[in-house]
Amino acid sequence: MSYGRMHRKEDARFIRGRGNYTDDVRLPGMLYGAILRSPHAHARIVSIDTSAAEAHPKVKAVITGQTLAGLNLAWMPTLSNDTQAVLATDKVRFQGQEVAFVVAEDAYSARDALELIDVEYEPLDAVIDARKALDPGAPVIRDDLEGRTGNHIFDWEAGDRARTEAVFEQAEVTVAQDMIYPRVHPAPLETCGALADFDKVTGKLTVWCPTQAPHAHRTLYAMVAGLPEHKIRVISPDIGGGFGGKVGIYPGYICAIVGSIVTGRPVKWMEDRSENLMSTAFARDYHMRGEIAATRDGKIQGIRVKVLADHGAFNGTAQPTKFPAGFFHVFSGSYDIETAHCEVTGVYTNKAPGGVAYACSFRVTEAVYLVERMVDVLAAELGMDPAELRMRNLLKPEQFPYTSPTGWEYDSGDYPKALRLALDMAGYDKLRAEQADKRARGELMGIGVSFFTEAVGAGPRKHMDILGLGMADGAELRVHPTGKAVLRVSCQSQGQGHETTFAQIVGHELGIPADDVEVVHGDTDQTPFGLGTYGSRSTPVSGAAAAIVARKVRDRAKIVAAAMLEASADDLEWADGRWSVVGDPSTGKSLAEIALGAHSNLELPDGVEGHLDAVTVYNPPNLTYPFGAYICVVDVDPGTGQVKVRRFVAVDDCGVRINPMIVEGQIHGGLADGVGMALMQVMAFDEDGNHLGASFMDYLLPTSMECPSWELGETVTPSPTHPIGAKGVGESATVGSPAAVVNAVVDALGPYGVRHADMPLTPANVWRVVHGDPFRTDLAIP
Amino acid sequence: MQVPATFEYERANSVPHALELLERYGPEARVVAGGHSLIPMMKLRLAQPEALIDINDLADELGGIAVEGEELAIGAMVRHTELLESATATDLFPIFRDAERVIADPIVRNRGTVGGSLCQGDPSEDLSAVFAALRATAVIQGPGGTRTVPVREFHEGPYETAVQPNELLIQLRVPVAPGTGSAYEKVERRVGDWPVAAAGAVLRIEGGTIAQAGIGLTAVGAGHFCAPEAEAFLSGRAPDEEAFTQAGRIAAEHCEPHADQRGPADYKRHLAAELTRRALARAAGRI
Amino acid sequence: MRITVSVNGQSYTRDVEPRLLLVHFLRDELSLTGTHWGCDTSNCGVCTVQLDGVPVKSCTVLAVMADGHEVTTVEGLERDGELDAVQKGFVECHGLQCGFCTPGMLLTAQALLDRHPDPDEAQIREAISGQLCRCTGYENIVRSIRWAAEAKS
Repeated sequence: MSYGRMHRKEDARFIRGRGNYTDDVRLPGMLYGAILRSPHAHARIVSIDTSAAEAHPKVKAVITGQTLAGLNLAWMPTLSNDTQAVLATDKVRFQGQEVAFVVAEDAYSARDALELIDVEYEPLDAVIDARKALDPGAPVIRDDLEGRTGNHIFDWEAGDRARTEAVFEQAEVTVAQDMIYPRVHPAPLETCGALADFDKVTGKLTVWCPTQAPHAHRTLYAMVAGLPEHKIRVISPDIGGGFGGKVGIYPGYICAIVGSIVTGRPVKWMEDRSENLMSTAFARDYHMRGEIAATRDGKIQGIRVKVLADHGAFNGTAQPTKFPAGFFHVFSGSYDIETAHCEVTGVYTNKAPGGVAYACSFRVTEAVYLVERMVDVLAAELGMDPAELRMRNLLKPEQFPYTSPTGWEYDSGDYPKALRLALDMAGYDKLRAEQADKRARGELMGIGVSFFTEAVGAGPRKHMDILGLGMADGAELRVHPTGKAVLRVSCQSQGQGHETTFAQIVGHELGIPADDVEVVHGDTDQTPFGLGTYGSRSTPVSGAAAAIVARKVRDRAKIVAAAMLEASADDLEWADGRWSVVGDPSTGKSLAEIALGAHSNLELPDGVEGHLDAVTVYNPPNLTYPFGAYICVVDVDPGTGQVKVRRFVAVDDCGVRINPMIVEGQIHGGLADGVGMALMQVMAFDEDGNHLGASFMDYLLPTSMECPSWELGETVTPSPTHPIGAKGVGESATVGSPAAVVNAVVDALGPYGVRHADMPLTPANVWRVVHGDPFRTDLAIP
Repeated sequence: MQVPATFEYERANSVPHALELLERYGPEARVVAGGHSLIPMMKLRLAQPEALIDINDLADELGGIAVEGEELAIGAMVRHTELLESATATDLFPIFRDAERVIADPIVRNRGTVGGSLCQGDPSEDLSAVFAALRATAVIQGPGGTRTVPVREFHEGPYETAVQPNELLIQLRVPVAPGTGSAYEKVERRVGDWPVAAAGAVLRIEGGTIAQAGIGLTAVGAGHFCAPEAEAFLSGRAPDEEAFTQAGRIAAEHCEPHADQRGPADYKRHLAAELTRRALARAAGRI
Repeated sequence: MRITVSVNGQSYTRDVEPRLLLVHFLRDELSLTGTHWGCDTSNCGVCTVQLDGVPVKSCTVLAVMADGHEVTTVEGLERDGELDAVQKGFVECHGLQCGFCTPGMLLTAQALLDRHPDPDEAQIREAISGQLCRCTGYENIVRSIRWAAEAKS
């Protein structure tokens, strides 16, 4: 079930090097910005001397926190209703924090001038390990907040504590496991940056910026800077990958805007890779203790988890307001579990802000990892095969729609079918036999299974907003007289291929070729309001809007067709992309014919306007719940601890696939993320708060050599709430795959009695785990 | 993007010209060939040379891989890809193929040079261990002519080599002897990463016993990238698994690895033993 | 200093600072923005161009080092309105998503096929192992290059 494997419209420009990314945009008279950053994780600013930098012949302006304070812009609100320093005034609170902004005539001179700024710091003790953030006497990071005496941000819980406790007390078997989902970074290959152009004459501010949420940015700029919103235009041109890291507003964007206002010229600022890794939104950093209660024969009865969430120096996580831990409370996963309870405590540390980024679906990633690791821990305890244990506990098709113990309403699914398909594709029984043979020879081979349920497409406006902005998306569809159409949407592709898939949706609804539909996005002056592309919400929300607005056009076309055919609209039927009189296909009018009619002198019924254009706002009734079954096969070298991912089987069900080619591409990318996070990606810090992963030499991303050839399978269970039955898929594989890899490695290490190992499973980590002496992967290796 | 501070740039058109430029600019000048170590350091402004002497035009003069008498001569400007693809070098010493395949990545290897790798003096550099295992000799040219330095004396400390500011490394010479096998074993966190640890082995067998063993180690704090105690242990012994295991143990004992994000010291020491053993066994199998 | 570089068959003479990186020369001096940059440490490979037909990372080559040499960028792959086989392959096999790594991948792929017209999967994976892609998991890049090899033969 799909709309076809159409080649992407976007590709024509990209393969010719004619993409238009933010750093490709040049304006006459453009100046260049660079940011001076803190070398310390926690320090008081004693003084900042910018005189030498200002004297540099090519420097046009040096902006500090004091400059911004004069404009009431030294601090900005975060997406979690906290505040964040744009440029530090009192203290620096993480290594890499923004301290000063230089504007110069060229990028090289701007960099040179940074070296001429003299900042005197008084270093302070830093809080690096989240587990020490709440210790009595811990340094108070946010002393800027009135009345703040510690580093506690929030406590949050979901589920039924009493019932869960009761189940655990009576359970035949309980298992518990501590685990870290370490701090990682989405690291899109294009870094963040902005080109700001404030026109003093018209009062119009234009900002080019690789944002996943252009409309949200525009509204926030209006709120933060007090600029009239109609005088702000945010243009998000081609984006070189986002993965959640390009949702928020970073201090550099504000600096570029202020730089343009101060100098009267366009100012471009692009961060370098180290700045990107050190200061923009990280992901995860969840310290979790999971527990499962079950019967001895493997029926899971209860699950609970306590989380310590490291939010960094400013609480800047991007998620719907009601949910400070995002959608983590979907952690009962894909299983029929009587009761569940979770508690999350958020703390400040002297690290960069963020937490929700990197294809995490608002922390479903952490939730899936937790439950899928816990199921394997239970399987080891019971001596059961982990696939069999999952099959035993998976929700059954007849249980949908299913209300989870923490209140989620899963829309649709056939979980056992997906798992069976994955097991068949992998040749699971044969793999287990091979593993037994290998073990007998002292070789280490592991087979890891994970099953995930995602919750994507935020979201019903009633429950979900970001800073008060409800998460509904608009769409506008214009049909020109010759039947060619322009769709305008609020979301913005970072590689997902919206120009193709959204055209396919409209083309399918209107019976016209997708090539006849132009998709306009990424420019707030050109598109209706909406919350943007993240949390796998484009297809569930904007994609639905595209279908609905096309149906509105089709309905209007029916009236026009009726006038053209001199028939009653009630007597028309839509078939093969034409409106025709019921029973007489020869009367059929195509959309192009109707469009011309709608723009002609044709007499229309009273009250019916001409033309075919339509607008809509789609407020999703529910999230969509894609799911899948993943199986990973690894070989581990016992002498060195090296892990080789040999195979990876991924069965995904994301409902109706609009363009299967694009869906598969999305899954491939997410699987590579899983291998990366499981085996190599981590941002660790030493005790002074020095970032130990601040370049691509130290923050390792998987290459073509670590990735196997992915083996994909699919089942299709349409979403009953989405107009075309589709579900989001952009993050499914990133969410589901890390647990499969870790489960495989832990499975391989079974002969050593290993039940858990934290990511990333580097050779050193695996070797230490085998020797019963694991180290904390989120700190400096001792 | 990070960019270097300003510097003067000169392109040398011959070795004497390069030496003349080095003389003229003095110790604050740096020679640049592939630039894949130096230029990133300059972008981070950890290196701020006043002048760069570009020797890429000396690729012919300082290039070439050839057997000359009892030695294999490798020009300092030989690029990694060229060494990797040189049948002359890799047939004689498969250790070059083993090592070059895992040095950086193919595109960096297109540009980076053998001489540059050695002159950078990075304590985790692969070829330093390879040439140490091979007991190669470095040929260095200066204002007074050429001199030779055994590679095992080439490195004087982290990022410090025997090449003086007014000198140029021009060639590596590797002794060739029949009955030799060689291999390189490396553990890296990911393809293209610097080694967590690596070991190279060169074995010459005569009459069923080890006539000479060469062991090179990198990233594990082995003095001069070699393991003389383990080599001495092997000398005269039968090339068997037991001897190799023991040699690995001895090599590891004499290392001084430091913990970093690639791994803790005990793990690196373990790898020194394990990889030495593996490299020796593989080298023996190639004779 | 004054340099003359041949880029995509056309000769350009410019006065540049010695410290100017080749990637910035291409992007800022010649407005050939198809060549991107993604890191500062020559790890990501999105800045890959061909220097005298050999793929190099242009963030780690000085523009002055290219003086008198030939550079090919993504803009030079299409000849007389005809796309190169690797460009076609990437479209056919969905070898790109955000497009940011694509120019560098194309140049490496083309150079690979010039030297090895019939590479197997392992050779392709090794050839692109110095270039990161965050979108495709490499699968379709490998397939795209194989497609190009078959299309050429």
